[in-house]
Amino acid sequence: MGKTLKLDRRSFLKSSALAGGGLMLSFNWLTPAKAAASFEMAEDWNELTGYIKITSDNVIKILCPNPEFGQNVMTSLPMMVAEELDVKWDDVVVEMGPHDNVKLGPQFTGGSNSIRMYWRPLREAGAAARQMLRQAAADTWGAPVEEVTTSNGVLNHSSGKSAKYGEMAVKASSLTLPTGLKLKEQKDFKIVSKSKKNVEGEKIVTGKPLFGSDFKVDGMLIAMIQHPPAFGMKLKSFDAAQTKSMPGIKDVFSFKLFDDDFVQGGFDTRSFNEVIAIVGNTTWEVMNARKKLKASWEPAGDVTEVMSGRGGNRDVVVPGRLETSENQMELMAQKAQGPAQELRKDGDPETAFKNAKTIIERTYNAPFLAHNCMEPMNFFAHVEEDKALVVGPLQAPGWMEPTLSKVLNLPADKIEIRMTRMGGGFGRRAYCQYTHEAARISQKMKAPIKLLYTREDDMTYGIYRPMYTATYRAALDENKNLIAFHVKGGGIPESPIHANRFPAGAIDNYLAEAWEIPSNVTIGAFRAPRSNFNAAAEQSFLDEVAEAMGKDPIDFRLELLKRAKENPVGKNNDYDADRYAGVLELVRDKSGWGKDENKKYNRGVAAYFCHNSYAAHVVDMVYRDGAPYVEKVTSAMDCGIVINPESAKNMVEGAVVDGIGNAFYGSMTFKEGQPDHNNFNSYRLIRHSEAPKSIDVHFVKSENDPTGLGEPPFPPVFGAVANALYKTTGKRYYNQPFETSEQPTSL
Amino acid sequence: MAKYNLKVNGKMRSVDVDPTTPMLWVLRDHLNLVGTKYGCGIAMCGACTVHLNGMAMRSCQLPVSMVGTQEITTIEGLSEDASHPVQKAWLDHDVAQCGYCQSGQIMSAVALLKNNPNPSDEDIEATMSGNICRCGTYLRIKEAIKTAAKN
Repeated sequence: MGKTLKLDRRSFLKSSALAGGGLMLSFNWLTPAKAAASFEMAEDWNELTGYIKITSDNVIKILCPNPEFGQNVMTSLPMMVAEELDVKWDDVVVEMGPHDNVKLGPQFTGGSNSIRMYWRPLREAGAAARQMLRQAAADTWGAPVEEVTTSNGVLNHSSGKSAKYGEMAVKASSLTLPTGLKLKEQKDFKIVSKSKKNVEGEKIVTGKPLFGSDFKVDGMLIAMIQHPPAFGMKLKSFDAAQTKSMPGIKDVFSFKLFDDDFVQGGFDTRSFNEVIAIVGNTTWEVMNARKKLKASWEPAGDVTEVMSGRGGNRDVVVPGRLETSENQMELMAQKAQGPAQELRKDGDPETAFKNAKTIIERTYNAPFLAHNCMEPMNFFAHVEEDKALVVGPLQAPGWMEPTLSKVLNLPADKIEIRMTRMGGGFGRRAYCQYTHEAARISQKMKAPIKLLYTREDDMTYGIYRPMYTATYRAALDENKNLIAFHVKGGGIPESPIHANRFPAGAIDNYLAEAWEIPSNVTIGAFRAPRSNFNAAAEQSFLDEVAEAMGKDPIDFRLELLKRAKENPVGKNNDYDADRYAGVLELVRDKSGWGKDENKKYNRGVAAYFCHNSYAAHVVDMVYRDGAPYVEKVTSAMDCGIVINPESAKNMVEGAVVDGIGNAFYGSMTFKEGQPDHNNFNSYRLIRHSEAPKSIDVHFVKSENDPTGLGEPPFPPVFGAVANALYKTTGKRYYNQPFETSEQPTSL
Repeated sequence: MAKYNLKVNGKMRSVDVDPTTPMLWVLRDHLNLVGTKYGCGIAMCGACTVHLNGMAMRSCQLPVSMVGTQEITTIEGLSEDASHPVQKAWLDHDVAQCGYCQSGQIMSAVALLKNNPNPSDEDIEATMSGNICRCGTYLRIKEAIKTAAKN
């Protein structure tokens, strides 16, 4: 028997609080069907729940609630609905849902949350719809509902009566939501855990308009932004006479994104508040005319901004200094010597370090990173007197909307937001300065416009991954036992440290400390924020500690995890030691760790837990043309039940390639506030020839509820690469990007 | 501004644009063929790859005035129903993640296979290294090219 669920709103809210936390509490997804009928919808659609539409002629459409940026939610989320609805997958039409947080839930793509947050509600939606269809058939046929069965979108009764779902759709839509539904058990899944192809695959390979940059309407103008050339600078004055005289140019003007008294939320990050818009008929005309713009800039000085937060509004001073990367490194090194905020302390680390026979201390550094989504930032906006339409790529429409409402001084219900497929996101599109810019420009022009960032804009006008550093210390006693562990980390402008993560809980004496240096360089989430640094630093450090202790790096980690499980130190250890060990054991097995046939490889291992999933990689490195090259990677993942196996593999493969690329090459540096790189000729991204020959992905067989994959496989790649580099070159790598051009010390 | 008669995907199309306009923007802004993507504007990423008389070309660096009577083929010209062997192979291997770079990848792959029907791994890597995939689908791209070569 499946689990019995009560489908009233109250019990759902209670359950979601247990499963998820804050965001889920406002998740009022179960709109009663009768109320749903009052929402605007296409003619002839019978909306059974917020997620499912079935026409009388039996077209079954499932809306994907969350924006798609390559993590394949447009396929995997509807699969969950279809599983419980009991329809043939090939009969399902998938469509991106409109922005509607009431009907479609949080609609936030980020934090590897989509699968995890929607796992239960989407199956409930499917099960509720199926039940309503059964009830409609039972009422029509005068039979008890228990006797009405379903199979692949068809309702059946033992009397021989049969109907397609579509035939009962109208009647079903007038029924109230059922209670006491049973969800399927894992062994009965027909769609979930079976590989399904990307529902937009055919559109992608035939070049159909899918992306924000492809969207257009009649009379649409093209807009670009000229922003200050350096962080810490602001607009002084400009002369647009020549630009305005260029062919196709409609207007050039400066504008402020937010009003002076604007209170910023956490995702309202924008690099510069005042910028210049160039608006014209076509992209090339605007690009050319922009080159004729004469603008002068001046230092902005310290700027005080008002941020909203849990404890109320607070003033934040953004320092005016024009930052240069060498100086940023020096600043961090100085700050690392000073006092820091204690995040967690177990036992007596000071005494343990004092009594240690050996102390290993290492410092790791990583630079700012640009997201470099292949599709540069862009957005369509058509703002009219009393309403607005905005269309384009964004990860969090529900977070953007309240800000846009303030920017335009329009009520939120007068703003229609449509989400397009995104040409990559990686966290960048959770910050929507470009949506607000597009809206401001449309409002001024009184016309539909599409704002397009050039690659140069995209790279120099970024919301970067912060710059980080951390110093790790390990204390060993005379018997080479690990008796204390200390991490002190910081960054510009935030600390990366997650104090309650492994190896916290596995070591008696433990101290985690954090510090930060404010900056005017704008930063934000970048695929597995903070974890993408920590996993590199901590996993390299553990490798070095294992070596000093004379232990195999996997055995060493497993011993720590055993300790964390059997006799955990402290509280709030935020990982499951068994599942953590599980991926290490799986990767050890699948990679043939320690086997003679793999001696040709210089192998590095790393494992990490973040965003609710567990990942471990073994990286096999060789010399190729005199340089270290990752030839092969074996990956082990535990993300609970795997919804769409082939697509999950693709996600892990991509994270591995992305991790190798960023570990070797990723870096954004600054000179007097100006980004040193503005395009792919100098900002290096990994290419075909640099990708491994093979990536062998394995999943732990699991009955746990599914969790995400967009982020978790990414961070430990950095650590595994660093450890393989040591085996390859005999040298430890502490600073990203890893220098590979140096001559090897051993061949 | 100047008038150009261009042969695009087998059809004659006429545009009135500045002679320096790159084909990328002629396709996207004037001919409504948006499958060809803008990625960098300096021929470093390959997202804008089209064929000029069957040869792979970065359309961001191809001014409309240089095209003349040469034939342009875009992703839309391969097939409308994904029946081209390379498009099919892409679907077989479920290559795409975000999908933005894939039309450029496919156009590079088609041109590669035309010149070299049975490319080695090294041939594929060398030719395809001009096309960036930020999602990291390179292994699937390689497998798809091998599958297409077989068919």
